[in-house]
Amino acid sequence: MLVPLAHSAIAPSQLAALLDAGAPSLAHLTLLDIAVIAIYFVMVIWIGFYLKSKANTSEEFFMAGREMTAWIAGLSFVSANLGSLELMGWAGSAYQYGILAAHWYWIGAIPAMLFLGIVMMPFYYVCKTHSVPGYLKLRYGQGASVVSAFSFAFMTVLMSGVNMFAMAEVMKVVLGWNLSFSIIVSSLAVAAYVALGGLRSAIFNEVLQFVLIWGGALLVPILGLIEAGGWNGLKARIAKNIATGIVAPGDYTHMWRSIGHFSDNPMGIHWTGIVFGLGFAISFGYWTTDFLVVQRVLAANNLRSARMAPVIGSFFKMAVPLIVILPGLLGLVVLQNANGSHMQLVGENVIKDCARNSADSGLADPSACSVALASTAVLPETQKAVLSGSGGVQLHSYNEVLPLMLVRYCSPGLLGLGITALIAGFMSGMAGNVSAFSAVWTYDIYKPLFNNKAKDEHYVAIGRWATILGVIISIGTAYMVMSAAGIMDYVQALFSFFISPLLGVVLMGMFWKRATRQGGFWGLLIGTLTSVGLYAWVKVDPSAVKYVAFSPLAKALAQDMYRALWSVSVAVLVTLVVSLCTPAHSLASLEGVVYGATKLPKEEPVPIYKNEYFWMVLAILCFLALNIYFW
Amino acid sequence: MHNSGISIWFFIGVLLTIYGAMILGYGVFELVTGQTANVILANLHAPVWWGAILLALGLFYSVRFRPSRNG
Repeated sequence: MLVPLAHSAIAPSQLAALLDAGAPSLAHLTLLDIAVIAIYFVMVIWIGFYLKSKANTSEEFFMAGREMTAWIAGLSFVSANLGSLELMGWAGSAYQYGILAAHWYWIGAIPAMLFLGIVMMPFYYVCKTHSVPGYLKLRYGQGASVVSAFSFAFMTVLMSGVNMFAMAEVMKVVLGWNLSFSIIVSSLAVAAYVALGGLRSAIFNEVLQFVLIWGGALLVPILGLIEAGGWNGLKARIAKNIATGIVAPGDYTHMWRSIGHFSDNPMGIHWTGIVFGLGFAISFGYWTTDFLVVQRVLAANNLRSARMAPVIGSFFKMAVPLIVILPGLLGLVVLQNANGSHMQLVGENVIKDCARNSADSGLADPSACSVALASTAVLPETQKAVLSGSGGVQLHSYNEVLPLMLVRYCSPGLLGLGITALIAGFMSGMAGNVSAFSAVWTYDIYKPLFNNKAKDEHYVAIGRWATILGVIISIGTAYMVMSAAGIMDYVQALFSFFISPLLGVVLMGMFWKRATRQGGFWGLLIGTLTSVGLYAWVKVDPSAVKYVAFSPLAKALAQDMYRALWSVSVAVLVTLVVSLCTPAHSLASLEGVVYGATKLPKEEPVPIYKNEYFWMVLAILCFLALNIYFW
Repeated sequence: MHNSGISIWFFIGVLLTIYGAMILGYGVFELVTGQTANVILANLHAPVWWGAILLALGLFYSVRFRPSRNG
């Protein structure tokens, strides 16, 4: 399915037009950079073909043969969540909101990852389910499983589209490539390697990409800190830029001090939203019930590895802000325009309003651009330069901060490695979505609803085709994302639609024996409808935000957190009430899926450095230390 | 992973070795000729030390997880 360009119907002149985005690119790759990128693709395809022979049965294709060690499962677990969306979106959010964005890596991930590994994983692993909807089928029956499978499949392809868009953005900003061209070509490459090697290929590439992301992106914060004069120098320069009006007012370097009230921080959020909405409803929903990440841990070779994998992953997750959040903060003080003035990044909506017909022509709509710029913190002289097209000033969006930083510091070879890291991040994120979509489509939608008596090879073939189908649908969704103002707002909205209600139902099913089949089904359905309904309510009547998020000042990200909290609460309440009104299950039917009705296998004693509880305590201490240091 | 043929760590080692050699090579070229790229902090010669780190890590993983050793 990977169509070589030489065999496509595109004429050379058309290809040139496709590659030309109409805007000057940030960098021109040298032969060395191109070689670095090309070698990466050769390696990826080599791995895909090498693993094709190891993806013949459904267990091999969808579960990687359940042979992964704790380290591989753990790195893959984190890497599946480290796509271009993560790298670029959160670097952009750090530029926009400051270190508050690191909450998504720490309180928004670590407690949930440890809870998954230590508390929940035994139930997922012992019941030998292939997916999270598969667990729901064992616990609540077909109804809840199908609702969950359809919502997950829908969310997955949307997420995949977001990843594609992020990747195309990298190509547009750095290399000047046309968005559509990048989306089509890169998605075909991912479809090829996931369809060839299944989950094992996805996991191998995720681990490879994890290493590349660190190798390619870590140099940016190192050199950035040297230029800014260390962490203290960075803080001093941000304060100076705020004083001179270059940076919008706010506390960019403290995580908790500025969230006592909705109006005290640029994110428009309150600490209750961070702790209960993000720290519980969103993060527990994502890290413990999103099959995309749970699938990686289910592929572990034994229960101890399955428990250790999220614990190992938590340490790396805590370190990710170093290569994502820090470059965003550094962008506030070091980025410069071509004329030497300070570069100020803006939202995607401003970029859109200030678009030019071509690189050297005037603005398409100067009045719209003028209005859009007036709503930003961009300095008057910079606004003038943008409107007149003089002085070498070009607008860039928040999401472009990481590529801009790469171009600033990376010489030939290193730039190629940095670009490869971003491409690798995209591959990782999209492959994760597509492989999870393929498994859920085959096991939880196709098999129970269309054909449950076919041979094993048939399901492997369906899985391969589902991979390609997932990519095609993702391409369509990528174009939807282009019109969204901010990538991350869109993704957070998705989480609260589907993931949070699922969390409520899974937790009730796993830890409450009295929860019934009907309770799970209605809890999931009404929880999801609650989330969608609240979202629609605020869209139709923006003043409703004071009821949904408890304050009229709550901004988009804050609204998502409270909406997630509402939906998980409703899901739990409905499951509780409906379960109490319906006949209880026998204890024997709950064996292997519910706490108190499951006999967990006894684990052999191991030295302390191999014990998951030891590492969990260490992870908690690191987590607390980081939050206190950046309080 | 060892019972599945080539270890993922070997693939990583090979890739890092190649990248390390290429970047270090370019860094040495810059150092010798004095033709530095037009980037900030070029005087720190990041390609030299970053390339060397990648090369060392790559060689370690390539040797430690070479296929013959894992069967």
